[in-house]
Amino acid sequence: MASSSLYGKGLRTLSIATVVAMAVSLVLVFFYVPLEAEQGFLQKIFYVHVPLAIVALCGFVLGGLLAIQHLRTRDPRWDMRSYVVIHMSLIFALATLITGSIWAKGSWGHWWVWSEPTLVSFLIIFLLYATYQPLRFAIEDPEQQARYASVFAITAGAFVPMNYIAVSLSTAYLHPRVLGSSNNLPASMGFTLMVSLVAMALLFATLCKYELTAKHARQQVRALRRQLSGEGADGTRRTRSAAPSLQGTLPQTAGRGAGA
Amino acid sequence: MKPTVGTWRTVGALLRKELLVELRTLESVPGMSLFAVSTFVVFHFALNRSSIEGDTASGILWVTLLFASILGINRLFVADAEQGGFDGFLLAPVDRSAMFLAKVLTLVAYLVALELVAVPAFALLLLGAPLGPALGNLTVTLLLGDIGVAVIGTLVAALAVRTRARDLLGPLLALPLLVPIVIGGARATAPSLSAAHASGAAARWLLTLGLYDLLFGLIAYALFDFLLED
Amino acid sequence: MTFALLIAESPALPLHTAGKYVAGAYIVLFAMLLIYLAIMALRLTRMERNLAELLTQSERQTTQAAPPHAQAQAPIEQESATV
Repeated sequence: MASSSLYGKGLRTLSIATVVAMAVSLVLVFFYVPLEAEQGFLQKIFYVHVPLAIVALCGFVLGGLLAIQHLRTRDPRWDMRSYVVIHMSLIFALATLITGSIWAKGSWGHWWVWSEPTLVSFLIIFLLYATYQPLRFAIEDPEQQARYASVFAITAGAFVPMNYIAVSLSTAYLHPRVLGSSNNLPASMGFTLMVSLVAMALLFATLCKYELTAKHARQQVRALRRQLSGEGADGTRRTRSAAPSLQGTLPQTAGRGAGA
Repeated sequence: MKPTVGTWRTVGALLRKELLVELRTLESVPGMSLFAVSTFVVFHFALNRSSIEGDTASGILWVTLLFASILGINRLFVADAEQGGFDGFLLAPVDRSAMFLAKVLTLVAYLVALELVAVPAFALLLLGAPLGPALGNLTVTLLLGDIGVAVIGTLVAALAVRTRARDLLGPLLALPLLVPIVIGGARATAPSLSAAHASGAAARWLLTLGLYDLLFGLIAYALFDFLLED
Repeated sequence: MTFALLIAESPALPLHTAGKYVAGAYIVLFAMLLIYLAIMALRLTRMERNLAELLTQSERQTTQAAPPHAQAQAPIEQESATV
């Protein structure tokens, strides 16, 4: 019996929705929203940087929530989802740092500013989640790996908001925000930000779905290969890997049929 | 499994064991203290200053204490992992979270011992301001910070001890998680460590520290069980 | 009418310094997306190759195990498989 979970279902609709949303947001950013008083054209980066930051932050927290599900149900599929979401959030966090740095250079003249809490807290979060993959790789037993990774994901997921608050407090104490805050936004800017945020969230969801589908398909191919070479699907992996294994949810052989 | 022995009794027993082992082997605390004092010497040469105060003093004190605690954190579960302490514990009819509480209290004890050596050394070697008036503020802040470091340290140590590169992964995992504690602690003690002794608005930082300790204490307590199963 | 208004509102093509940074930020995003798509493309082609291998392997095993009269059907199956 084939595995009943098809990760690719709905991928096309999601992709189309993402493209539409991104196009609309781009039009809004460059043709609708007025120039900001202080920073002028440079401020347009705001509509890329802030959605990236918000989506990455939510992604990390989501990774923690998915890990909670994994610990509760012990189903490796939740671990797979948690792994993919955290990976994607790490990439989005990197993009946040890069766009934030570009923005800082443009408006403040330096590639890095300590007075911008988003940048600083993302640096810390990035350093933390960069250890996720090495941690997984350092544990060989797949079940233990998934369990330990989930504990990490939950701790780190709780850490993300606390860290942001702590960093904001410390920078607010010293300097006013350089790159502008998202409070007191005029309606047109708020609306554009909303649309950009939706577009970025859809992009995140689409890419995660792509990733999950690809991983699942690759594991099915491996299972098929194991069946055909007659090794049986007892699930012993020959190579160490940081990626979660879906053994137990993939089709198992009841024994080699035609060859016997 | 319903524990047949009360949790606090178990914690007491485990704590006694840990402290006895430490007293006999002297593995962690002397090393940590020596490390801290050596670091102060290094800082003197690195900064080329004979006395520091305020933000600089606060920062150097907290960073040194942080790195010294990493040494203790690295060693926290090593004996258990290598000598079957986990298995023995798992077989006993006790509440598993007792190990978490015991290890946290152990680490707090180590850190307090460390600070009893490090803070006077700091005052002697580097601090340009009088220590006396700062002592009250310092004690409370350090205590709150110790609890936070102990909670995070225990969780991270348990995570890292079963992996292959445990000495490397432990600090890598711990440092970002400990940043908010450094923020809260250093900001809270900075005003009192300056020559013009200001009793600054440390309350908000102490509150942040306290909340952080509470939040991660609860999370670590809930998650620790999952690390012990095998 | 609205189109004319839109054009009037839209910024002139950025030739001043700020434009470089905005372009840079968007290009970074776009580039990362394209890199991801390239990685996906590589994975997909590799998977296709693997599946083709597995298919031939599977058919080889079916023809070996099947009774002799099924051998005649095998070539027809192989032809349709390479479509």
